[in-house]
Amino acid sequence: MGTEHKETILEVKNLKTHFFSGKKVIKAVDGVDFDVKRGETLGIVGESGSGKSITSLSIMRLIAEPPGKIVDGEINFKGKNLLSETEEGMRQMRGNKISMIFQEPMTSLNPVYSVGEQIAEAFRIHQKLPKKEAWQRAVEMLRLVGIPSPEKRAKQEPHELSGGMRQRVMIAMALACKPELLIADEPTTALDVTIQAQILDLLKNLQEQLGTAVIMITHDMGVVSETCDRVAVMYCGKIVEHTDVDSLFENPKHPYTQGLLRSIPAVDRDVEELEAIPGTVPSPDNLPKGCSFAPRCPFATDLCRTEEPDLLIDNDDKVRCWMYSERWNGPAAKEVAADVSHANAN
Amino acid sequence: MSATLTLTKEKEILQVKDLQQYFPIKGGVFGRTVNHVKAVDGVNFTIYEGETVSIVGESGCGKSTTGRAILRLDEPTGGEVIFQGTNLLSKSKREMRSIRKDLQVIFQDPFASLNPRRSIGQTLEEAMGILNVVPKANRRRRAIELLEQVGLKEEHIDRYPHEFSGGQRQRIGIARALAVEPKLIICDEAVSALDVSVQAQVLNLLKKLQKEYGLTYLFISHDLGVVRHISDRIIVMYLGKVVEIAEKKSLFDNPRHPYTQALLSAIPEPNRKKKKERIILKGDVPSPIDPPSGCRFHTRCPLATDLCRQSDPELKSLGEGHQAACHYAEAIS
Repeated sequence: MGTEHKETILEVKNLKTHFFSGKKVIKAVDGVDFDVKRGETLGIVGESGSGKSITSLSIMRLIAEPPGKIVDGEINFKGKNLLSETEEGMRQMRGNKISMIFQEPMTSLNPVYSVGEQIAEAFRIHQKLPKKEAWQRAVEMLRLVGIPSPEKRAKQEPHELSGGMRQRVMIAMALACKPELLIADEPTTALDVTIQAQILDLLKNLQEQLGTAVIMITHDMGVVSETCDRVAVMYCGKIVEHTDVDSLFENPKHPYTQGLLRSIPAVDRDVEELEAIPGTVPSPDNLPKGCSFAPRCPFATDLCRTEEPDLLIDNDDKVRCWMYSERWNGPAAKEVAADVSHANAN
Repeated sequence: MSATLTLTKEKEILQVKDLQQYFPIKGGVFGRTVNHVKAVDGVNFTIYEGETVSIVGESGCGKSTTGRAILRLDEPTGGEVIFQGTNLLSKSKREMRSIRKDLQVIFQDPFASLNPRRSIGQTLEEAMGILNVVPKANRRRRAIELLEQVGLKEEHIDRYPHEFSGGQRQRIGIARALAVEPKLIICDEAVSALDVSVQAQVLNLLKKLQKEYGLTYLFISHDLGVVRHISDRIIVMYLGKVVEIAEKKSLFDNPRHPYTQALLSAIPEPNRKKKKERIILKGDVPSPIDPPSGCRFHTRCPLATDLCRQSDPELKSLGEGHQAACHYAEAIS
């Protein structure tokens, strides 16, 4: 997607965020590496409990401590490690250089202030604008995100707006200071499809206008396909596959990614039975030995059940699976991949 | 599949006629009714034995309210619900209880509908006991059978709801619905809270059980992928009204109502090779308290004319069981 020459603005290295509860240690994020380049969209996909949201909260340094703690790793934002930043320094960063939007805008908006005031606050704090000017800029932001009669809407409180409108307000607030990085955590999950289409469209246009890099956290493969340039698939706190979006859909390598794509009921074809992934995600405080996906994997061998695979790197593609290593002695990986692309083509 | 369809089409199991559900809005000092939320406003459809019919639509379209009104969990304000030949709305609460044996429901959040202080066995046995569907001596054996049928194990029978994952709890919800040997199951967003890999397991299970027990499903969902997978026929609702009814293939291949077209085009496409033309609708769904005049979709419809603003289109037949409520349905394809 032409992103290879662009400057890297965020680099996450060996990030480990663990939660401590009594004697139990829950390794919610356990050694995650990725980077984000200027203007691109990186998708982080995974099911509940995969650690995708904890990864994003770690970048924002919003992990409640205790019980959580970032125990290892680096988060380099434009060359500066955010993990060694002071709380005051982080406050300067949040909503200014790095912004975040969440799934449920109602819980992230203050219910007793008008939405205009809440957007204006960002201008007043980060850009030290006088009150009146900040308000005008807030109204402009509302216009930018496509809210009709923004002067009137700015004076309204969040409960007076619909779900789609509120998410637009959140986007206006997040983009107010033209951040270089926007983390969108399931931004359209709570919205209806027709409103989701509006919001994704809006995000895309604004990203092009402002050149913001986006981390799109989602469980919806449709959203990934429509918005992302590159994708990291997470399972049980680790990245299991990291590749560009075309390869992900046309030639998924990890058996989990393959299973995930096959289990989505498609809207453009009929099948008698869906190919579900058997079993359930293991409990995070009791992960199986070896590869976390082995108990549900149709190809698992004794090797998978005893030793954990590393993230194998082939150019820009990464996959955490023994199948692609020299030590593999199960069925050939190539056949499997071909099988899946066939299923997708139907 | 088409062979089974023509066979099953002969016998109606559920007929909904002009169903109306208005919720009063109280206001003023005396708490008088000042207005109504017209959640469901004149809905008609028929479900035949052994088929799966889905109701789709966005939040506030009345799909869940329709399901609840059929079950009389909320008392409908008008219309008829004819289930196996009898009008449910004329039955007393007591008579309804025995009818619910044949008419079961599975909700989105099984955790909220399972008693946390009862083991799974107790929950299932209680369900069988209410109408004495299964004699007492056989209940535990039947409960184990049911668990196995929904993909759980015998050892799970004495465990409590909190010991299960979301997917397993939904399986328990299904087992409980099956315990009374129902004819029709209303699945209200039954798989919406599940992760896709688990959702696929539960959808496969529902299909399998349908064949084994000859069940009829009324499936309520906002997820068009799920709906396409599970349904024989689909009902599309918008703002309390049915806008289109068609067989699955006909609806997806050839939607005739502009709202259905926009809805289908809005689904994010996981297949990268198929870039499709997207119809982005303007604005939000209007309030059901004061719905627009004429066709309720005209405020967002890209094709709206003066006729649409003045007159409410009837649901009309377009052949082969395809019905749409649009003045221009014949012209749209």
